Amino acid sequence: MARLPLPARRRSWPVRHPGDLAMHGIAGLAAAGTILVLVLLTVQVFRQARPAISRFGAAFVWSTDWNPVTNAFGARDLIWGTAVTSLAAVLAAVPLAVAAALFLTELAPARAAAPIRTLVELLAAIPSVVLGLWGILVLGPVLAQHVEPWLGSTLGFIPLFSGAPSPAGLLPACVILTIMVVPIVAAISREVFLTVPADLKDGAYALGATRWEVVRGVVLPHSAAGLTAAVILGLGRALGEAIAVTQVIGGTAAFHASLFGPADTLASRIASQYQGAVSDIQIASIAFLAAILLVFSLVANVGAGLVVGRLQRRRLGVR
Amino acid sequence: MKTRSETSLTPARDAAPSEGLLSQPAALDVLFEQRSPAEAEPLEPVLEARAVTVRYGAAVAVSDVSLDVHRNRVTAFIGPSGCGKTTLLRTFNRMNDLVPGAVVSGRVAYHGVDVNGAGVDPIEVRRRIGMVFQRPNPFPKSVFDNVAFGLRLHGLKDDLSGRVEEALRRAALWDEVKDRLGKNALGLSGGQQQRLCIARALAVEPDLLLMDEPASALDPISTTRIEDLLRELRSQVTIVIVTHNMQQAARVADLTAFFSVEPTGGDEHERGGVLIEYGPTEQLFTRPADRRTEDYVTGRFG
Ligand SMILES: Nc1ncnc2c1ncn2[C@@H]1O[C@H](COP(=O)(O)OP(=O)(O)O)[C@@H](O)[C@H]1O
Ligand SMILES: [Mg+2]
Repeated sequence: MARLPLPARRRSWPVRHPGDLAMHGIAGLAAAGTILVLVLLTVQVFRQARPAISRFGAAFVWSTDWNPVTNAFGARDLIWGTAVTSLAAVLAAVPLAVAAALFLTELAPARAAAPIRTLVELLAAIPSVVLGLWGILVLGPVLAQHVEPWLGSTLGFIPLFSGAPSPAGLLPACVILTIMVVPIVAAISREVFLTVPADLKDGAYALGATRWEVVRGVVLPHSAAGLTAAVILGLGRALGEAIAVTQVIGGTAAFHASLFGPADTLASRIASQYQGAVSDIQIASIAFLAAILLVFSLVANVGAGLVVGRLQRRRLGVR
Repeated sequence: MKTRSETSLTPARDAAPSEGLLSQPAALDVLFEQRSPAEAEPLEPVLEARAVTVRYGAAVAVSDVSLDVHRNRVTAFIGPSGCGKTTLLRTFNRMNDLVPGAVVSGRVAYHGVDVNGAGVDPIEVRRRIGMVFQRPNPFPKSVFDNVAFGLRLHGLKDDLSGRVEEALRRAALWDEVKDRLGKNALGLSGGQQQRLCIARALAVEPDLLLMDEPASALDPISTTRIEDLLRELRSQVTIVIVTHNMQQAARVADLTAFFSVEPTGGDEHERGGVLIEYGPTEQLFTRPADRRTEDYVTGRFG
């Protein structure tokens, strides 16, 4: 008996047509697959880390030891190195990248925009090991000989810029990470800016706004959610980058405020010591580092999701 | 009985600015027939377009259009879609500067000053000549901040809330939004959003307001409110309104210009928007001078 669906049924699973069914199936499988991989990966990392977790407990997070001979392991200095390099890279990269994206979408004539965009994207195409090599051969020495002494003499009263110059250390790692983060943030910001409705910009221009006023009054507010996502993806890149950082950071666990001295990060320690680990507890400790890194990334992403959602709702006028 | 050609408002193609309608007094009587004597101020051009041609790349969108826009009158642009009404309107406040590939030639004089002249700042032009768009485009900000946007841009910050209220009153929106000034403008209905956009434009006190099919995205009741509003605003500000709705033009406009897509130049394939006829609305609808106008207004077009 043919009956029109009752209003209440409209909320039920909307799939009717075979094409829809297939699409929902594929999309659902892909989504479920992604979640499954993430869960399996997390479980695996924590399982590997279990010996270290049960032996060191939460103290691992603030312990400074990393001694394969005495089997004493702790992550504090590495967490510090990761935090300093990632945050510095994001702080330096975001203004550059956002400015580049604004230039490309709002200011540059089409003829200039295309080649510049390609150049920025090429930056992302440089293999990180090549960037690291450049860091060892060129960037580190230049920083140690020219930039760090100058920074030390002018800004040396700030702990960040005190201490002896060194070709390997936090500063080259920050610069390398900045170079890696810029293209990601620039590319996403550009996409975000392109989604600002031309209607809205026209509305502001028609009121006599200058380009900068349109950017400040319409483009940036409209893009807040997307830019937040871009920043978090950039942060994720900086947190997780191992190879190039390993090449330039010096590989010494050290807790010092100075950007000049050698240090190490979670990712770089994992990359540099996993192969040569001498004991099961060292491998477990390295897995513990991985677990911490994973938690950082997940927290950043979930936090970003919440912020993006809130900004999105505010923009659409719902609360 | 006047002949049709005498009552045309279309200035001769090569006429210099200011020689538009005023040199053709025959047209005035017809216009004044519809209005009470108190309203019958003489026509005074606010904006004079002369031989305006706009190209998008190689395509001609507006071809050799000359017309005057008169103070405190509502002028309607009608014509089939694609005949260049929007494009022409956007030459008046230099919005075409923002369209890549758009090239404007000819002269647009606003109070006698060429808006494209050397040393004329498009920002200043757009501040004096307001614009309302086809789709309501309030900023995703509060109602108050929408109206205050232009005021803040131009440093008109003293008595901001007084000016905002004034603009909202002029746009006949105040009573509906006075309790929700802090709420996001996107929560308003489409008709309210469009009146908000009108308030936003009025806030910076333009003396010419360009409206591009401002009611085409609205329901009939909202449309009626906008039309009522236009009749009220007429005494304070000069209005040019593009509309595809001929009844709307008949209801709100003092003067109407009819455009059509016609061959331009020698090549039959080269077609662009041409001004066919411009005159008092009543005359254009009841006694059109051109066959094409007659076909269009009687619905025989296309
Ligand atoms: N940005 C643009 N780029 C290229 N062509 C355009 C652009 N805007 C409008 N046109 C073309 O110019 C002509 C006139 O368009 P328009 O002014 O929008 O007409 P109307 O408002 O009368 O419908 C049309 O042929 C249209 O396709
Ligand atoms: Mg149009």
